[in-house]
Amino acid sequence: MVLLGRSGSGKTTLLKLANRLLLPKAGTVIVDGSSTAEWDPIQLRRRIGYVFQEAGLFPHYTVAENVGLVPWLERWDAQRRSDRVEEMLQLVGLDPREFAGRHPRELSGGQRQRVGVARALAADPPILLMDEPFGALDPVTRAELQREFASLARRLQKTIVFVTHDLREALLLGTRIVLLESGRIVADAAPQDFLTLEHPEAKAFAASLEAPQAQAIR
Amino acid sequence: MNAWSFFSGHRAEIASATLEHLVLVGISLAIAILIGVPTGMLIVRRPRLRGMALGFANVVQTIPSLALFGFLIPIPFLGGIGRRTAIVALVLYALLPILRNTFVGLTGIDPAVLEAAEAMGMTETQILWRVRLPLALSVIMAGIRTATVITIGVATIAAAIGAGGLGTFIFRGVAMVSDAVILAGAIPAALLALVADGALALLERRLRVI
Repeated sequence: MVLLGRSGSGKTTLLKLANRLLLPKAGTVIVDGSSTAEWDPIQLRRRIGYVFQEAGLFPHYTVAENVGLVPWLERWDAQRRSDRVEEMLQLVGLDPREFAGRHPRELSGGQRQRVGVARALAADPPILLMDEPFGALDPVTRAELQREFASLARRLQKTIVFVTHDLREALLLGTRIVLLESGRIVADAAPQDFLTLEHPEAKAFAASLEAPQAQAIR
Repeated sequence: MNAWSFFSGHRAEIASATLEHLVLVGISLAIAILIGVPTGMLIVRRPRLRGMALGFANVVQTIPSLALFGFLIPIPFLGGIGRRTAIVALVLYALLPILRNTFVGLTGIDPAVLEAAEAMGMTETQILWRVRLPLALSVIMAGIRTATVITIGVATIAAAIGAGGLGTFIFRGVAMVSDAVILAGAIPAALLALVADGALALLERRLRVI
């Protein structure tokens, strides 16, 4: 599922409600059948992988330590942990022999995001939250990661909530697109139907998709 | 009297005073670190204690050092004439930079990193030990470095209450109106401060993460 909306429309807030970084002032957020208010926040968060816009890697840990953090918190033994780290790095297209010992500052933006994804998936959480994970990358790297992630997401079979303000990305990755405007859901559609929606905000996003080409032709 | 001939004539005495000085500084710093760093960690999550602890350390820093040594003499258990009183005063002086830098280091961490730690399901305690502390280490080290230089300097005044150290030469030199004797205390003290500052600066750089 993709949460689409302009800056300030409440996308990130919605994600933070899901893993109880925020608690709702009114109403309830249900995760796996229980309200987040009833969940133990630590237990809840370890079942939910989170990928940040700027990766949010720990600068004092190596790539391997970053990826292995949640397994370590969950008290996996060392062998299982290092096997898992290796598996995860391969999954996101990083050679473990080359990257495991590096620190985040020794990585490019795209590599950092790959590590961020590997870290979020390390403890095999059933739910994955992604907050504009490719937003800060250059267009070429972004397209590369989007394509790879699209195929990865299909293989993973997890509940993924993906936040973006880019309709192109939403269409590429989403199986369901939820459009937010000023904190409210104004549309909820399959990607193939999204461009035909009548809501003004949906039309505005559809127009953003066409604008550059239209200008280029003129 | 020529300073150089005084130096060479009193080598053994200067060496033992330097050692005494180092012991005084070493013990005081060790105690100040043992008090300052844990207190700094504690006040990250306790705003009321924070005001009290930082306020206390600040006030102590404003008391002139000679006066602080004097104030401590009549206090039972802590005070009196000699090394123990000097150590108490030196600890009090070293506390502020260590406490303040520990607090600033622990709280000055990129909020995105802290949020990531929280979102990954780390407990407050794990975040403190595994994220905040390692990232704050170089800032804490900078505080310890400041405290070391201050303590080496202030420790010369401890001779006024009979704690020994390089200050002995300085006070004796003042009484004798002899530059040579003053320099016999002042030069080794200055060298100690410079060497300690350089060595700790190196350590601080190695602990820096970003």
